[in-house]
Amino acid sequence: MSTEKNLYTISVYTENNIGLLNRISAIFQRRHINIESLNTSPSEIEGVSRFTIVVNMTEENIKKIIGQVEKQVEVIKAYYHNDNEIIYQESCIFKMRSDLLFDEREIQNIIKESNARIVTVNKEFFVIEKSGKKEEIELLYKELSSFGIMQFTRSGRISVTKQEMKISTLLETYNN
Amino acid sequence: METQTINKKQKTTKVTERISGSEAIVRCLIAEDVKIIYGYPGGAIMPVYDELYKYQDKIHHVLSRHEQGATHSAQGFARISGKVGVAIATSGPGATNLITGIADAQIDSTPMVCITGQVASHLLGSDAFQETDIVGISTPVTKWNCQVTKAADIPAVLAKAFYIARSGRPGPVLVDITKDAQFEEFDFSYEKCTKVRSYKPVPKTDVKSVEAAAKIINAAKKPMIVWGQGVILSEAEEAFKAVIEKAGIPAAWTILGASAIPTSHPLNVGMVGMHGNYAPNILTNECDVLIAIGMRFDDRVTGDLNKYAKQAKVIHFEIDPSEIDKNVKTAISVLGDAKASLALLLPLLDKKSHADWHQKFKDLYAIEYEKVIKNDIHPTKGGLTMGEVINEINVQSKGEAAIVTDVGQHQMIACRYAKFNKTKSNITSGGLGTMGFGLPAAIGAKMAAPEREVVSISGDGGYQMTIQELGTIFQQKAAVKIVVLNNEFLGMVRQWQQLFFDKRYASTEMVNPNFVAIAEGYYIKAKKVTKREELAAAVEEMMASKEAYFLEVCVEKENNVFPMIPSGASVSDVRLE
Repeated sequence: MSTEKNLYTISVYTENNIGLLNRISAIFQRRHINIESLNTSPSEIEGVSRFTIVVNMTEENIKKIIGQVEKQVEVIKAYYHNDNEIIYQESCIFKMRSDLLFDEREIQNIIKESNARIVTVNKEFFVIEKSGKKEEIELLYKELSSFGIMQFTRSGRISVTKQEMKISTLLETYNN
Repeated sequence: METQTINKKQKTTKVTERISGSEAIVRCLIAEDVKIIYGYPGGAIMPVYDELYKYQDKIHHVLSRHEQGATHSAQGFARISGKVGVAIATSGPGATNLITGIADAQIDSTPMVCITGQVASHLLGSDAFQETDIVGISTPVTKWNCQVTKAADIPAVLAKAFYIARSGRPGPVLVDITKDAQFEEFDFSYEKCTKVRSYKPVPKTDVKSVEAAAKIINAAKKPMIVWGQGVILSEAEEAFKAVIEKAGIPAAWTILGASAIPTSHPLNVGMVGMHGNYAPNILTNECDVLIAIGMRFDDRVTGDLNKYAKQAKVIHFEIDPSEIDKNVKTAISVLGDAKASLALLLPLLDKKSHADWHQKFKDLYAIEYEKVIKNDIHPTKGGLTMGEVINEINVQSKGEAAIVTDVGQHQMIACRYAKFNKTKSNITSGGLGTMGFGLPAAIGAKMAAPEREVVSISGDGGYQMTIQELGTIFQQKAAVKIVVLNNEFLGMVRQWQQLFFDKRYASTEMVNPNFVAIAEGYYIKAKKVTKREELAAAVEEMMASKEAYFLEVCVEKENNVFPMIPSGASVSDVRLE
């Protein structure tokens, strides 16, 4: 098994429970594992939540982490995948001064070429939204930063796997 | 067919009764067959205590002298009986005082349900009097926890709590209930929990893995078993004995596995780990197949993992999938309940004796006996030793007593030398190493098994951490036999200071009170022994006592526990002196 560190995306299917985020993040904190990003959302199954956690670690250690996560009573199933096994996206939002839109023609080109979109424009500011890979977002940030960014925020990674994760089947077997 | 329809009918027509949340809590406990609980009252849990007053003919509440004592008593109760121990406390400090016991139960897989009162739900998060986020605090040390703010949720949550605490790999569960939920009235009915959708307590045993394990075991020339508490928790003792007897495999135990088979069993080769026996430690690095059953390769067992059983094929029988390959890489892992897995394994095993291999254990035992054991349990000169006290208790109890220990030198000596005839007889704090565990745990053990002799053995340090529980012993008339092995030191730390810190005895010397006077202050019969010739008679008097009895034995101040694997060293580096 590889002992070199890699970026892994962990998908955790859980019951929707108030304390569970605390319980899961404690597993990482206790072992000094930095969470690169974390996202929680509903999943494709009604009443089941999905955590998407990105970490940088060895495969040997991530297997142990998955074991600890799955051990939690309200966790249905946890998986880990490398970047080749998933389709993933992040999203970001920039708030910028509106006059730039008219004074700096280049901004329009940057928005167009980076496949970003303008969400809203008013007298004082306009808002750009962009979804994509981390590198694309970082590039856009670099390109826009010289014009002055009023606010910037980026979301955690969300992903779907190329292979099927048989959660529904699993839940049926639990019910029987 | 007729009975089936009746059953169906019963299921659909729920009988409900309008009662308060606090009464519901007590009724849930009764429905779970709880007869004894340990706790301490306070503001946020008062409605429950009011109901306990009304139901005192059904549930006996034991007033501990500190909430930590309540948890350890509940643990002692659970460990000797196999049932869920219950502790109850108020909010704030009452709840935080439970944490040490909860952490202990978590790492030693002890089934326990803790119920805490909480401030009223409209005050949550307002820094109200005695408000603390006990659900947040207890999260890393509980198997599951939950806060209840509505009375109607109480039955389902408590049913789930008991189910989770006792099923699979057991553990502690905390349920925090706000005061308004305790007062609120609702239509009560109780249904036991038998499953939780996301929770699979016992993984299915793969028959193929058992077959593969059997194949390796049958081909082994020098097989060795290390068993842990899993054998006791799954009540697999008989199946386990059948397996080792048929396959002729020497079997060693972790500290929590002690007593699963009698000490005198010819295949029982002693304890593994830091202060374990010489033979099983040395031969861990010589066996060709190492079969681990219901144990988790704790660092106190394995020493340096890079030099642990590297030559051996490791087979791991385990109920908790996260333990597989966590510390030691396995050739074969058999998931599932130990009792069920061992029952599948037994018919697949060849009958063997491995006589030459056994002889190696006997030879190494002879060396250990000569260098360590003889002087520990039959000393001829110097002050009294801890070992000879344990030996005297063995002789007089004939190995029938349950031995409850605290943490430190006396614990290692007691676990090394205590004779156990019956399972669930060794009650100690293994994983967490909680000083102060012993005395309150002995109370719980004695109350769960009043027919058994329960001997609490502590050092002078740990004893004083929960010494207030003498009050509980007195009030409950719990006939616990209390032995304090007094060396006027925090002995285990002192031993490390001697060996690894050039004898700089920083804060390990204890200036002790008059322990006999303290016990007598609680109206407990008490005696102090300082001379070898007084020991046998004093132990005899203690064992003959029908009520609680305190015996202080002043032992040699600076004796060390050997064998010893220095921290971080390999099991083969086990030292005899």
